[in-house]
Amino acid sequence: MQKLNKIWLVWIILTLSSVMYLSYLLIADSSEVFSPGKISHAHHQVEMQCSTCHTDPLGGADVIQEACVNCHSDELKVSDDSHPKSKFTDPRNVSRVKELDARVCVTCHTEHRPEITSKMGVTIPQDFCFKCHSDIEEDRPSHAGMKFADCATAGCHNYHDNRALYEDFLEKHIDEPKNLKMAKNKTIADVHKMTAVDNYPVDKYPFKKLTHQNIDIPSTVNADALIAEDWSMTAHAQAGVNCTACHEVRQKSGELKWIDIPAREVCKTCHISEVKGFLTGKHGMRLNLGLSAMTPGMSLIPMKSTSHNKELTCNSCHGAHKFDVKHAAVEACLNCHNDKHSQNYKSSSHYKTWYMEINGQRNKDSGVSCATCHMPRKETFVGEHELILSEHNQNMNLRPNDKMLRSVCMNCHGLGFSINALADEKLVKNNFNGLPQVHVQSIDLVKQRLLKRRKPKEGSQ
Amino acid sequence: MRFKLLGLAGAIGLSTVLSGCSETKTTGIEPKFMTDALFKVMEADRTVYTKLIIGRLAKKEKVIKASEHWKDEKALVLPAQMFRYGAERVAEKTSDFSYSLLSLWPVNKQNKPKTDVEKAGLKFIAENPGKNFYADEELGGQKYFTAVYPDIAVAGACISCHNEHKDSPRTDFKLGEVMGGVVIRIPFKS
Repeated sequence: MQKLNKIWLVWIILTLSSVMYLSYLLIADSSEVFSPGKISHAHHQVEMQCSTCHTDPLGGADVIQEACVNCHSDELKVSDDSHPKSKFTDPRNVSRVKELDARVCVTCHTEHRPEITSKMGVTIPQDFCFKCHSDIEEDRPSHAGMKFADCATAGCHNYHDNRALYEDFLEKHIDEPKNLKMAKNKTIADVHKMTAVDNYPVDKYPFKKLTHQNIDIPSTVNADALIAEDWSMTAHAQAGVNCTACHEVRQKSGELKWIDIPAREVCKTCHISEVKGFLTGKHGMRLNLGLSAMTPGMSLIPMKSTSHNKELTCNSCHGAHKFDVKHAAVEACLNCHNDKHSQNYKSSSHYKTWYMEINGQRNKDSGVSCATCHMPRKETFVGEHELILSEHNQNMNLRPNDKMLRSVCMNCHGLGFSINALADEKLVKNNFNGLPQVHVQSIDLVKQRLLKRRKPKEGSQ
Repeated sequence: MRFKLLGLAGAIGLSTVLSGCSETKTTGIEPKFMTDALFKVMEADRTVYTKLIIGRLAKKEKVIKASEHWKDEKALVLPAQMFRYGAERVAEKTSDFSYSLLSLWPVNKQNKPKTDVEKAGLKFIAENPGKNFYADEELGGQKYFTAVYPDIAVAGACISCHNEHKDSPRTDFKLGEVMGGVVIRIPFKS
């Protein structure tokens, strides 16, 4: 009898210990124990923060959908989503919803299912277009016999973003050459325009070039002379942004206090758009969720071992005081990224243009750096001011790669050449050393249709 | 056929008729009354936009273009797009009613009639100018009161754009003709 009691006691202790341990893990929101399966590439950075998507443990599909929308709605809005939810909530399309319930993201993008997850996080068979467009031949006879599995993978269409692929756009750019004559990157907003942003403390730091003599560092702070030298070369000094603009932070008491290492909130005072992009992009999304900073060591793509433990903040790429955008545009990337595309950059024709630009052999903004393509400059509204700023959220411009056509490639290259180049995976890997060996037929089909339209008119004359 | 449409009625200014009178028994309004009222607003707004914005600025005074690719070309949105964007915004806010602009001769093939009621309704309004079409239908297990109203070519801009569009299956539209139909649906409350 005593032996039996002991067994019960051990059982109770073990059960309680397990409950306590598992409860701790659940509350701590930090364990793979509860994960039903490995998460996709897109979300791996936040895998252990279950509450990012499962915001309510008792919530159902609506909660998950809300989480998707919270992070991805801006991207879909910007991309003029070709299949918005409203297309599927219309009662007349109820038969389509039965085939493909595209009212919710998880119909096509189910998480924790690595065994069925393909490119773009799609977890349904690639021929999904068939479900609604099986009669495409009637409208476009040229599509007869084409495989539905290729619609979204052959470089012709995307489910969400078709800004550079729609028929009239292809027609408009039908016979463009490989290289455009007016090839040039957009010029980033001038520093004096940056001072026009709403939060900029223009009274304290008016737009006026500053030199060493103007430095307002408090006498109590022991600063390296090199720091002053670095600062004097920056756009900050050109625009009147003195030391205290970043280092003096107002406390809750209202008092201004010198801070040696300002937080990113300080950068955000003026660089609202860039910080927002950083926090929603691959480099800063962990910080945005209150997690530790992303490090290259956490990445699923090849990174240099020497940088594995480097924490990513604004200064990781921009470097405090120097804020050298040329460094941020190439060397900062290559300090960490070690995939084939990155490794081949310095032997590419793109790099040659960059090398020549930074050495004064080409015009400003005519070189192609990593940032030119992956953090492109675009018209951005900051309050009421439209400025040309760098997009710091890589996701806006990364996958599928024809998102880059309009924002990047077509600044220098013709549309047809660009579509073929981006569809050539080997060419992408070797960083565009050579010519595309893939030919996407979308422009050919547009040409054929155009000819058919013209013939009857010509015949009638 | 009873519908709980008081909130909806308020949206178009009818709530003042139904509220504030303690002696009136508020039993809701007939769906036909509701769809007719909605269509009057839609038709008026659509005509004003087509005539005063597109017809005047794009066609007559030629100060700005109107284009299907309005964002790319920094142009005015087409009247049909204006109507659709409005319908999409309504869909984001409520499922108490929905509407769309369809045609037997659509430029965008997604806007051809799909359900039996849509097919019958568009045929009816094309063959019976000035008349509307009303029917009940069931879609995905949900019953709807569906009304189809004629969409008339009210300005030269309507017919020139459709007759010249490369994807238009019909190129002989004339002013005053029925070009399509506005379909409004109200779900029956279970």
